[in-house]
Amino acid sequence: MIAIQDLTKYYGDLCAVDHVSFDIHKGEILGLLGPNGAGKTTIYRILTGYLRPTSGDIRVKDFHINENLAEIKKLIGYLPEAAPIYPEMLVYEYLDFVADVRGVASNRKVAHIRDLADLCSLNQVMHMTINELSKGYRQRVGIAHALMGDPEILVLDEPTSGLDPNQIVETREIIRRIGKEKTIIFSTHILSEAEATCDRMVIVNQGRKVADDTLDNLRKELKEQSIEAIFHILTQGN
Amino acid sequence: MQNTKHIFKKEFKAYFVSPIAYIVISVFLVIIGWLFFSTFFLERQASLTRFFSLLPVTFAFVIPAVTMRLFSEEINVGSFELLITLPVTFRDIILGKFLAAVAFVAIMLSPTLLYAVTISLLGELDWGPVIGGYFGALLLGAAFCAIGLLASSVTRNQVIAFIIAVGICFTLTLLMDFVLFFLPSSLVGVFQYLSANFHFQSIAKGMLDSRNILYFLALIFVALFTTHLVMQEKK
Repeated sequence: MIAIQDLTKYYGDLCAVDHVSFDIHKGEILGLLGPNGAGKTTIYRILTGYLRPTSGDIRVKDFHINENLAEIKKLIGYLPEAAPIYPEMLVYEYLDFVADVRGVASNRKVAHIRDLADLCSLNQVMHMTINELSKGYRQRVGIAHALMGDPEILVLDEPTSGLDPNQIVETREIIRRIGKEKTIIFSTHILSEAEATCDRMVIVNQGRKVADDTLDNLRKELKEQSIEAIFHILTQGN
Repeated sequence: MQNTKHIFKKEFKAYFVSPIAYIVISVFLVIIGWLFFSTFFLERQASLTRFFSLLPVTFAFVIPAVTMRLFSEEINVGSFELLITLPVTFRDIILGKFLAAVAFVAIMLSPTLLYAVTISLLGELDWGPVIGGYFGALLLGAAFCAIGLLASSVTRNQVIAFIIAVGICFTLTLLMDFVLFFLPSSLVGVFQYLSANFHFQSIAKGMLDSRNILYFLALIFVALFTTHLVMQEKK
C-alpha cells in the first residue's frame, strides 16, 4: 500500500530522517515509535505532502510522491501532532469545509458529518467555536478531520496525546474499529497502547530506523518481554 | 477550480466572524470620508475626482491590514499544515485567499457609492469617470491584495506582513509624484509607468486604455506567482 524508500530529509545541516525505508501493507495498523526528535513527525509531514523529501521516494498505491502528490493527498487522512485548527470557526463549519474540500458529495455530506460527530462524540460541541474547546475535544475534531471523506489511509501523529484516560480508551477504540477496514500508521508515547493496537512496529531513533517487526518477533530477538525494555534497548544505542 | 471556491468561501466568512473586518471597514470609511468631504464643499464641484485621487494612498494603508493575516496567521497557528495536507493545490489556496480579499475590498468600497448618489443630487455628476474610477479602484485594490498576500506568505508575523505590504503599496503609489523631483526628465516617464497611481488615475479619468488594465493584471500575476514560488520554497 505504502512503500517508503531511502527517505532522507535535511533541515539545513540537520539530518532529521536518514535513509529510512519501510512498507505498510493494506489493512495494517503500523505503529511508528521513537523518542522525541527521532523524525516521526517529519516522516508524516513528507508522506502527507507538507514537506518535500531531500531524497528518496514514497509510493502510495501506484503514485509517487514527487509526481502525483495530489492523488496521494486524496487517499490520506492526517491528524497532525498538535491538531491546530482555525480558532474562530465553528466545529460544524470546519467539518463542512473539510467535507467540501475532500469532495464529499453534497447529498450525503450532512449524514457523513453526523456519523463522524457520533463516532468522535462531538455532538455537544458542533456549534461552538474551536478556541472554546478543551484539548480533548480539539483532538477529536482533528480525528474527525482525518476521517472525513473516508480516506483509505490514516496518518495519526500521537492521536491520544493530551487526552484523559477515558478519552484515551475511547480513541484507542475508535482506531481499532476503523483499523478493520483502513490502513493506519500512527505514533504514540504510550507503549502499552502501541502493544494493544498495532500489528507491526517501526522504531526510529535519531532519524534512522532501528527496528521493523512484530512485537512477538522483537521479543524473541531481544529476549525481553516488556515493550518498555525493548524500546529502551533500541533507542539508547548511542 | 471547485476547491478554489471552497477556500474562497472559508476565507470570506473568516473575515466577518472576527472583528477585524468591521474595524477595517469603519476606519477606511472614516478616513476617506473625512479627507474627501473636508475640501469637497470648498471646491464647489459635483465630482468624485478628489475621492479617487485619495484612494490609492488610503488603500496602501488599509488593504495590507485586510491581507496581513491570510498566510501569516495560518503559519503561526499551525493550521497551514492541515490546509496543505488536504487535497488542495497551492493554486487553489492562493487564488481562493486572493479572491476573498478582493471581494472584501469590494464590500468595503461599496458604501462609498452613496457619495456618488448624493453628489449627483447636488449637481450634474458626470458618470463616466465615476464608473471608470470604481472599475480602476477594483483593479488597484486587487493588485494591492495580491501584494499583501505575497507579504503575508513570507512571514509568520502579521505586523511584519503589514509593514512590508504598506511599504510596497506606498512606494507604488508615490512613485508617480516623487520621481519628478529626483530624476532627469528622460527617466521620469519610465518610473511613472511603473507607478500604480499613474495607471489608476488614467482609468479614473474615464479612459479605459488596455495598457492600464494590463499593468494591473501583470502586477497581480507577478505577485501571485511569486507567492506560489515562496510557498514551494518553504517546503
